Amino acid sequence: MYKRLGEDPFYLQAYLSSLKFAATGTVLALLVGYPMAYGMARCRPGVRSILLMLVILPFWTSFLIRVYAWVGILKPEGLLNAFLKLIGLGPMTLLYTPAAVQIGLVYSYLPFMVLPLYAALERQDHTLLEAAADLGSPPWKSFWQVTFPLSIPGVVAGCLLCFIPMVGEFVIPDLLGGPGSLMIGRSIWMEFFANRDWPFASAVAIVLLITLVLPIVLYQRQQARALEERA
Amino acid sequence: MRRGPSWFNLVSITLGFAFLYLPIVLLVVWSFNASKLVTVWGGFSTKWYAALLQDDQLLSAAWVTIRVGLLSATIATVVGTLAAIALVRGGRFRGRTFFSGMVYAPMVMPEVIMGLALLLLFVAVQFDRGFWTVMLAHTTFALSYVAVVVHSRLVTFDRQLEEAAQDLGCTPSRAFLQVTLPNIFPAVLAGWMLAFTLSLDDLVIASFTSGPGATTLPMRIYSQVRLGVTPEINAVCTLLIAVVATGIIIYSLVGKWRASGALAKR
Repeated sequence: MYKRLGEDPFYLQAYLSSLKFAATGTVLALLVGYPMAYGMARCRPGVRSILLMLVILPFWTSFLIRVYAWVGILKPEGLLNAFLKLIGLGPMTLLYTPAAVQIGLVYSYLPFMVLPLYAALERQDHTLLEAAADLGSPPWKSFWQVTFPLSIPGVVAGCLLCFIPMVGEFVIPDLLGGPGSLMIGRSIWMEFFANRDWPFASAVAIVLLITLVLPIVLYQRQQARALEERA
Repeated sequence: MRRGPSWFNLVSITLGFAFLYLPIVLLVVWSFNASKLVTVWGGFSTKWYAALLQDDQLLSAAWVTIRVGLLSATIATVVGTLAAIALVRGGRFRGRTFFSGMVYAPMVMPEVIMGLALLLLFVAVQFDRGFWTVMLAHTTFALSYVAVVVHSRLVTFDRQLEEAAQDLGCTPSRAFLQVTLPNIFPAVLAGWMLAFTLSLDDLVIASFTSGPGATTLPMRIYSQVRLGVTPEINAVCTLLIAVVATGIIIYSLVGKWRASGALAKR
């Protein structure tokens, strides 16, 4: 089984493209999520708890429903294209393309990125920034030299929480992606339900699991360290 | 003095939340649209909701989902709470690290792998697939979430309270039921709710472990969604969102009310 897996370029490609989708998705989620978390941490405590609740709420709403909502937006006669037409930009094909999968990934896992980032940023001692300012550091420099380095544990936790499930994602590539967006979770599903080749599907799953063991172990270490710090 | 949010912070918060919420809001709006097209507003209508009540397959799927959710959440809460107690109280028993790793593994494992593994287990022990296999599968992955939630509450629980109860003549089990359990109850309840929503939500694991006659609501929605956007599905989704949102709002209100009650008692 494993030999067949090695010989089949289809699966190698599926693994590589899953890793690429997940890596790009994680970076994009970080780029969207960091300013959000940073802004939230700067708000008044009352506003903060409301915003926090608003970040958690989508996590409780059905994953399937949230992905499905994008179908109506991205489809050729959907809302986004109607909007693009209105402002004079020609219609774009988005649904069933890799771009749609990427949007879906970032959208679905954004709360997983924002929460640990927020937790790391909210705890920060603001007098440090004042000290930096008193010593003549411009705000952007204080950010890179003080705020960002202190938030790295949050960045690591957020990235792992996004990356690990993104690699094995099934629903998003299936609903939003076309034949061009190959992902390994979907390949396991197909092998299992369409081709009914159970041993082979298991072999594909084991290889996926092995690829994910390292990030999972990293995540657990990170969690253990965070717990010790708090204690 | 701490600086408030700058315009850049406000813009990023606004855009971020718009990105998170716009699709859901649009979905809800479309479910009340009389027109079948998403770009045309044909007037307000609840006809898609009326159509749902005629859909027997959908209703039976909803019933299966509710039963699976209630049962699996309850079992997962009991087992998950016990696991959390073992992790906090058991001291450094042999294989503790392994045990805690095993308890938390389902949270980070891709669903496809969980589903496949559980199915192969059911096939190996020749358990006929159907309602019970889905229920067991949901219990399995939900109990790790319950364990995490209860664990975080138990760590802060002062054990001396329990010891005091025992000094005053309580049996260990009675001390647990009358002192410890009421104290960690908010976390147990939160764990139950999390388990129930996860079960309500799950498509992948249910698809792998389900058999004839046990189609859950997400499975039903999924098979329809693959054919495209329909107003009926928008209506089902809106109802599901409403149920979950109401649950969370009630839960947070109860939490607030309890907190203020506790303060008033002091």
